[in-house]
Amino acid sequence: MTKQFLLDGQPVPFEDGQTILEAARKAGHYIPSLCWHQDFPPHGSCKLCIVKAAGRHVSACATPAKEGWEVESNTPEMNGERRGLLQMLFVEGNHFCPSCEKSGNCELQALGYEYEMLTPRFRHFFPERPVDASHPDMLLDFNRCIFCELCVRASRDVDGKSVFALTGRGIHKHLTVNAESGRLADTDFSKDDLAARICPVGVILPKGRGFTVPIGERTFDTETIRSRTLKEEKS
Amino acid sequence: MSPAPAPARKLRVATTSLAGCFGCHMSFLDIDEHLFELVELVEFDRSPLTDIKDVGPCDIGLIEGGVCNAENVHVLREFRRHCKTLIALGACAVNGGLPAQRNHLPLSECLREVYQFRPGLDNGQIPNDPELPLPLDKVRPIHEVVRVDYFLPGCPPSGPAIWKFLTDLIAGRTPRLANGLLHYD
Repeated sequence: MTKQFLLDGQPVPFEDGQTILEAARKAGHYIPSLCWHQDFPPHGSCKLCIVKAAGRHVSACATPAKEGWEVESNTPEMNGERRGLLQMLFVEGNHFCPSCEKSGNCELQALGYEYEMLTPRFRHFFPERPVDASHPDMLLDFNRCIFCELCVRASRDVDGKSVFALTGRGIHKHLTVNAESGRLADTDFSKDDLAARICPVGVILPKGRGFTVPIGERTFDTETIRSRTLKEEKS
Repeated sequence: MSPAPAPARKLRVATTSLAGCFGCHMSFLDIDEHLFELVELVEFDRSPLTDIKDVGPCDIGLIEGGVCNAENVHVLREFRRHCKTLIALGACAVNGGLPAQRNHLPLSECLREVYQFRPGLDNGQIPNDPELPLPLDKVRPIHEVVRVDYFLPGCPPSGPAIWKFLTDLIAGRTPRLANGLLHYD
């Protein structure tokens, strides 16, 4: 007999070693995430997948499912905490959606819509993060970085180049480019790398595309991130 | 015979644009024929639509734009003092928006760039007439200056979003933007 746990009262089957998030998505239940990617080990940094399992807050992406657990995810309490996390992500960087080429395709923005974030609520940090436009094909706008390390992991583990890294601690943490000059142009980064298309927000952008698809006709203008994620899971 | 019920008092609404582009006010006009329904329900106090210069006691205050100078702070506080419900209308009021893109530059550098170094300027100097409101060192969203009751994001929020929000509010419901009406861009 297969093992199962309860997610918001619904039974979810799982195999040993599967995380709460993997099992839930496989069974057609949505748990949000930003830093999680099926091809990489869990990172557990964005905390958007926060659930209450057996009474404790855990990251669903990093917690193996256990037989008989009662897990709360889509509840006013958990969704309120997710909204708070999103608000902190928004004030920590410079997220000015109207000027961002990723607007409408951005997962951070789409989660803001999903959890009805109407205000960033906190005091804005307005950090200084200069743009790197040195590369002929790609643009780096560090203002929008959420430190998910997907580009770091993709470049290191798949592309075999280690173009990106996080450096500094706490509030001084930032994404950096592994070149003596610190410029993307001085690395072997290519627009065909996985790292060039894995950014969930608008940091790593192709040049010369801009607003080819107009605002209003983009991915999350026409579909919620919830339904899109579940659809991708099925296919 | 019981007397006829008194007509419902019209809600009094004030609007203003601080560090904004009036795009949110233009979008407000995009509610089109709903404007006829709206004027049955509300009357306007200070607003670019009435040209009244000072805000009086109001039920609803709509603030477009962020806070970029001392006059913005003054007007915003006046609105807070006089409006029972204060609403941040649009991206700039909600998070500083476009004007806040100068926040990573020192203010003096911005002023020098515009008034002294711009090509074609002869003997340019930074204006310092005492009548001019002093700019703030950083542009701030309005919730960092006064308490704000509701937020309506978007650049601008669409006409339908504004109409949904206002009708919810006027009917006494908590305003809610259903999916498709909530946008940050």
